Amino acid sequence: MIWLDTLVQGVLLGGLYALFAAGLSLVFGIMRLVNLAHGDLIVFAAYLILVGVTMLGLSPLVALIVAAPVMFGVGWLLQSLVLNRVLGKDILPPLLVTFGLSVTLQNGLLETFSADSRRIPAGTLEGASIDLGLVTVGVMPLLTFLSAVAVIVGLNALFYRTALGRAFRATSDDAVVAGLMGIEPKRVFAVATGLAMAVVTVAALYLGMRANFDPSIGPARLIYAFEAVIIGGLGSLWGTLAGGVIIGVAQTVGAAINPEWQILAGHIAFLVVLLVKPRGLFPRAVD
Amino acid sequence: MYRLTIRTRAGNATTIAVALLILIGLALPAVAPRSAIQDLFFILTMLTLAQLWNLLAGYGGLISVGQQAFVGIGAYAMFAGVILLGWNPVVAILFGGLAAFLLAIPFAYLAFRLQGAYFAIGTWVLAEVTRLLVAQWKTLGGGTGTSLPREATSAILGTDTIRALFGVRDAAARDILAYWLALVLVVAVTGGIYWLLRSRLGLALAAVRDNVDAAGSVGVDTGRLKWAVFLIAAVATGLTGGLVFMQTARISPDAAFALTDWTAYVIFIVVIGGIGTIEGPVIGVLVLFALRAALADYGSWYLMTLGVLAIAVMLFAPKGLWGLISARTGLHLFPVRRRLTGPKIEGGN
Amino acid sequence: MLLETRGLTASYGQFRALFGVDVTIAAGECVAIIGANGAGKSTLMRAITGILRNEPGMVLHKGEPIGALSPAAIMQRGIAMVPEGRRLFPSLSVEENLLIGGQMRKVAGPWSLEAVYDLFPILKERRRSPGTALSGGQQQMVAIGRALMSNPELLLCDEISLGLAPVVIRDIYAALPKIRAGGAAMVVVEQDIGKALSVADRVYCMMEGRVTLAAPAAAVTRAAIHAAYFGEAA
Repeated sequence: MIWLDTLVQGVLLGGLYALFAAGLSLVFGIMRLVNLAHGDLIVFAAYLILVGVTMLGLSPLVALIVAAPVMFGVGWLLQSLVLNRVLGKDILPPLLVTFGLSVTLQNGLLETFSADSRRIPAGTLEGASIDLGLVTVGVMPLLTFLSAVAVIVGLNALFYRTALGRAFRATSDDAVVAGLMGIEPKRVFAVATGLAMAVVTVAALYLGMRANFDPSIGPARLIYAFEAVIIGGLGSLWGTLAGGVIIGVAQTVGAAINPEWQILAGHIAFLVVLLVKPRGLFPRAVD
Repeated sequence: MYRLTIRTRAGNATTIAVALLILIGLALPAVAPRSAIQDLFFILTMLTLAQLWNLLAGYGGLISVGQQAFVGIGAYAMFAGVILLGWNPVVAILFGGLAAFLLAIPFAYLAFRLQGAYFAIGTWVLAEVTRLLVAQWKTLGGGTGTSLPREATSAILGTDTIRALFGVRDAAARDILAYWLALVLVVAVTGGIYWLLRSRLGLALAAVRDNVDAAGSVGVDTGRLKWAVFLIAAVATGLTGGLVFMQTARISPDAAFALTDWTAYVIFIVVIGGIGTIEGPVIGVLVLFALRAALADYGSWYLMTLGVLAIAVMLFAPKGLWGLISARTGLHLFPVRRRLTGPKIEGGN
Repeated sequence: MLLETRGLTASYGQFRALFGVDVTIAAGECVAIIGANGAGKSTLMRAITGILRNEPGMVLHKGEPIGALSPAAIMQRGIAMVPEGRRLFPSLSVEENLLIGGQMRKVAGPWSLEAVYDLFPILKERRRSPGTALSGGQQQMVAIGRALMSNPELLLCDEISLGLAPVVIRDIYAALPKIRAGGAAMVVVEQDIGKALSVADRVYCMMEGRVTLAAPAAAVTRAAIHAAYFGEAA
């Protein structure tokens, strides 16, 4: 029974990693850009929500609703003012710019909020759990997982059912011809990064409510997100969820054997998939 | 009448100037205070790491964010050689290079499965895995780390001679030895890279950087080239790691595998100085050192400044400070580009 | 004048591809641009659509300089292109490929999804397929329909017969008069001189980045074309 419990905890943890990964996957899918500051932007959003809750007295949900458009704006500006200028055939400039951003953001947060661990107070949700007969699950992990599913359903609907999603896919296929269709690729990129940052805000809410965070934890979140994307296969959001679940289960199982092995077990699972199926478990047919 | 040449007048002058600088550098401990030697040690080791990262990213197109793995494994292997096998630390540094080589093989095998930008994060993951595994190594202190035993640090090869020569204490003699080794390493690494780029391998690298497919079609084995560059950089990074931690004599997984110290600073040095040139990292390391001296008391502002500076350079001067200088003056101190020389062509079409 | 180029030049890096090209296109007319491979025809199209940026005054739309505008801005002024090689979006279905042609410029006009399906009925049957799963001729129909969806005032067709079987080319060309009946001016870039002259009011011939002949299609002689095409006296 303890193993079933471990498994369920792992699956639910995977929801959090899928939330970290969805924005990364979105941006890479549209403009082949890997944002090395992705993890630090999650942490930044968590502090934004924290400020809303502790200083303005908002409930976490209201703080999320306020923070998400702010983060959309941050993403939009970041893309229009900085990243669009360095996007091109050479992958080096955007990587180095986002790496610089990662270090800058981390140290900016350190300067502003100090290295102390913080947590977004979640009121009665903290520690609440539901008895499902065979296992008892925490309300917070369950909410995280359901949010991840909702985000993925929403993004897929946007991608495949709206004119904006059509523009995203067309620009990803062929930015020059998209221009001939009246689409400004750079504007599409700005909207995509803005959207990714709105998703990041959702991820940040759960990151901050479930556990303590401090300015230094961003890069590790980037790595989990990246592993989930690669395991799932590029371009598939459901694959990304599956990837997140695999990392989550590997981590909880590893931790059940030896608490020191939690993180390592997640990485090992990633390396095994990379070794056996380098294109991921659910690769997209067209690339 | 026409021939391809790499030589430039400035390049020939550089050879003489560099030889002079090396001689001065070797003699410096006779007059310089210990703190200056320590600063120079920092500059030289960072420059070595920067030249190696530049070889990977600037010439090889391999953007690794996981080079701290090789610094760390080199350092830990050096400690293992001293503590477990009882070797002299200087000899154990070579063991660090070997360990980095052995790590680099599975590391590259996995990382090369990832393309382009994903290669970067892949190397980062692999470095994390290496750190977490080494932290399990209880005989070398596990997660908290350990120190070199006193009897080992006081009996390092050559320190007796240095003590006698300069009349200094144990610790200072160790610094001087480390400094000399760092000088040898930076000259060997920079010289080696310079030689590499002027050889056939350099030509092949330039071809790959310009166009992978075309290079492949004219017979450049791009896969083997990537392996060669990666392994060379790993070994030399491992040697540097061993040397750095011989000087500090204390190790922990967090210090030896620090992303900030061994990769972030290094990337900033190369980007700010000018990627894809030998001169760039030299300028970059001086900028880094100057900023460190100026902002030492402001903690995280130092790293923030570096980050912002790197972003600004990428946006407004992608070839870095050396690129700006070189464009203004037409100077190439370490010419690696092949130019056609001969009588000037008059008239024409 | 609907569209006009004045001393238009263009280069790819060091290589100069256009040397002072002057062409005009009036509202509603059909202009053929012919010339051998590498004469600069496609470069001219890329310059007009903004894929290659220029001095503002080198391209005029209704008298206003548009030479420095982005492709998207130029398209929104009513200049649509059927690109060489068709270049459908592989991730989009046939219908989505058509819809994306009109989604950034919504103006009243003869063309809609239904009108395009009437013009090329086969596309309606295949509308759920990925665009790139179609035959070459059908893909060309999608590419033409995609450009029509924005109800352009000027339709640029770049090498629409290239690589297609003669019977398919005939079907495509049969549609051109119906498109003209919708009122749009057209530019037909072709290597096939006979096809081009069959639909055009006027013809320009290009060679080595320059216009070597400009004449009404009805008045042009074989000898004149031969001279302009190959740069030698007939």
